[in-house]
Amino acid sequence: MFDVIFLQFLNGLDKGAAYALIALGLTLVFGTLGVVNFAHGALFMLGAFCAVTVRMLLTMETVTIDPEQLSPWGSPLEIREPLVQAWLGDFGAVLVNYSVPLSILITIPIMLLVGIALERGIIKHFYKRPHAEQILVTFGLAIVAQEVIKSVFGPNPIPQPMPTDLRGAADIGAFLGMQANIITYPIWRLIYFVFAAVVIGGVFAFLQFTTFGMVVRAGMADRETVGLLGINIDRRFTIMFGLAAVVAGMAGVMYTPLLPPNYHLGMDFLVLSFVVVVVGGMGSLPGAVAAGFLLGILQSFASMNQVKAIVPGIDQIIIYLVAVIILLVRPRGLFGRRGVMEA
Amino acid sequence: MTLSTRGPTRRRVLQTGMAGIIGSGIAPMIFTKGAWAQEFCNNPTGDTVTFGLNLPLTGTYAEEGADEQKAYELAIAHLNGEGDGGLLNVLQPSALKGNGILGKKVAFVSSDSQTKSDVARAGATRMIERDGAIMITGGSSSGEAIAVQGLCQEMGVIFMAGLTHSNDTTGKDKRRYGFRHFFNAYQSGIGLAPVLGQEYGSDRVAYHLTADYTWGWTQEESMKNATEALGWQTAAAVRTPLGATDYSQYLTPILNSGADVLILNHYGLDMVNSLTQAVQFGMRDRQANGKDFQIVTPLISELMAKGAGESVKGIFGTSNWHWNLQDAGSQAFTKSFGAAYGSPPSQAAHTAYVQALLYADAVERAGTFYPPEVIKALEGHEFDGMGNGPTIYRAEDHQCIKKVLVVQGNESPTSEFDVLNVVQEIDRDTVTYDPAIFGGDLGPAEPVPMCA
Repeated sequence: MFDVIFLQFLNGLDKGAAYALIALGLTLVFGTLGVVNFAHGALFMLGAFCAVTVRMLLTMETVTIDPEQLSPWGSPLEIREPLVQAWLGDFGAVLVNYSVPLSILITIPIMLLVGIALERGIIKHFYKRPHAEQILVTFGLAIVAQEVIKSVFGPNPIPQPMPTDLRGAADIGAFLGMQANIITYPIWRLIYFVFAAVVIGGVFAFLQFTTFGMVVRAGMADRETVGLLGINIDRRFTIMFGLAAVVAGMAGVMYTPLLPPNYHLGMDFLVLSFVVVVVGGMGSLPGAVAAGFLLGILQSFASMNQVKAIVPGIDQIIIYLVAVIILLVRPRGLFGRRGVMEA
Repeated sequence: MTLSTRGPTRRRVLQTGMAGIIGSGIAPMIFTKGAWAQEFCNNPTGDTVTFGLNLPLTGTYAEEGADEQKAYELAIAHLNGEGDGGLLNVLQPSALKGNGILGKKVAFVSSDSQTKSDVARAGATRMIERDGAIMITGGSSSGEAIAVQGLCQEMGVIFMAGLTHSNDTTGKDKRRYGFRHFFNAYQSGIGLAPVLGQEYGSDRVAYHLTADYTWGWTQEESMKNATEALGWQTAAAVRTPLGATDYSQYLTPILNSGADVLILNHYGLDMVNSLTQAVQFGMRDRQANGKDFQIVTPLISELMAKGAGESVKGIFGTSNWHWNLQDAGSQAFTKSFGAAYGSPPSQAAHTAYVQALLYADAVERAGTFYPPEVIKALEGHEFDGMGNGPTIYRAEDHQCIKKVLVVQGNESPTSEFDVLNVVQEIDRDTVTYDPAIFGGDLGPAEPVPMCA
């Protein structure tokens, strides 16, 4: 039974890492700018499509017709030659194989620019407007983004293969000194978990141990006082919006081998990540991370056959059930601060 | 004093009224007796007739929907006498002339069903009421097929189902106005189980992951019955939501369930995701109960096999048709489709194309678009040359009875299309069953409801 529980726990950590990563950016924007950003899921989706674009560029082909050979339907055969491999040889093949992790390098500057442009161009005009209006405008932005992606890439999911070396499962049981092939877990999911942990740790370290982070935290606590000290807090908050976009984008890139992205990807995660943020406490970074992992693990255990035998269908509602219970017991969420989103 | 006789008397009014009612109501019926053929939904009066294509162009089964659309466009071109004629040249018997249907050019309208039953039903309603579709066809989900054929029964419009594999489509939910060329889950079980027994033995423990809707349920039931008859046990059967994307939470319990076979009752993108993730979890490298762990996908298509890539190699399933069959019909269709679109057709494309032709042929044989006459022409109709061998459109349940293919993921493909091998053709007699076992009632063909 230990192996079953351990596997479900690993699964929960993996799911929780994805939830936490998205919720982190969402609560970062809310905590700094006070904006309820419904376009955050769209930023996750845009990151995923950065990976799609990079792969499309790397797998461009030349097509030549060979009249000597025939296809199964009797037409002259099309010979397709990958362009990058033709130019760069084996190195080109390596680039194609590792297209997903390599996409991160392209995604970071693109998402930073997207985030800053979004904040300066639209979001800043809504700082002093009611939350309802912020939700409307950011939700509108999300719809625009997904329709643009739909028109460019089509409506259907586009699979992104993981590097061949990282396919398959790692024998964690054997690593822990147990019998082989009892506890195995997909390598890419382990990588995603480690990646999420590094990014979350990096964001916390950035806010905790840098002067920039200190000013931002001060601004989160009391924006007016920091402004009175002559510090341009608005510029820092703009950069924080860009940082949140980068975190969401990177999360999207690394998720593509697990889930082929389509234009609707952001919306699929948006609702869940809002539940995570609310359960964690609006504007609380530790709350978002804790709630992400908590809900991921609970969802995973709720999917066990033994649990579903007692409460059928519990795996589909567990997250919302826990959210209701936590909000009843702690109306501000797990780590919510007094005065945030309260009239 | 005398009574005035000016103006109508009460008796006169009653007499005149009765005469009027009789004259306007009954007399026309006497004169138009036998003119029933003109009184039905979307009776085509111009020089064109419109097909309504209800296709899942987005959602879980979008790949199949896109391929069906290509097939319908090709079928309509061939019916109108364009292109190389495709299967018109090999259908036996055939009343098709390549000049449209009953001399009317075939046109089409289409609607994206989004792989959702309610959207499919709304789209079909729109195509019937607004666009004047004479016949609705398409779909890649049994949920959609059952919803749309129920609607078509209510509206008096024939529905030629696309890809639908649930036993219920021509079982408990069958309708007089609905017809299915595709095979069903019961036939998959009958066809696949002996091959599984031969390959994996009779001492196996199966674990089912099942798409939670009508098709998944009947697929699971059919596979359980067929494998348990072999001597296999069933460890568990777990339902997963249609369109689920992350199967990790459903896969981890399998590893320690005592099962040594995973049966994926999934289709389309669901199957691509669940199979790929099962392989990522190392299931194909595992040993359980002293045997190699196996994965089975009872219904599989070329599109899914292509999507699943390496994961599908060596995996068994069943198909309705395969482009690499060597009969004249399969070759003709593959040639036409490949020349038009640069890729071989899927089984979804094949069934869509055949359904369009069979409807047109039935109308030509009936000599009218009047649905009850077309239904009579389809019921019990025997034909050949469409790539499935001799086939009958069974009158009792509107299910086509024909051979079934057992296929296996190709271990060493020679091209991106060479993903499945046909390992066995199960003959028509073996997969024939008593239509009464699934119950249901076709309902009446007449009186014909009027759609608007």
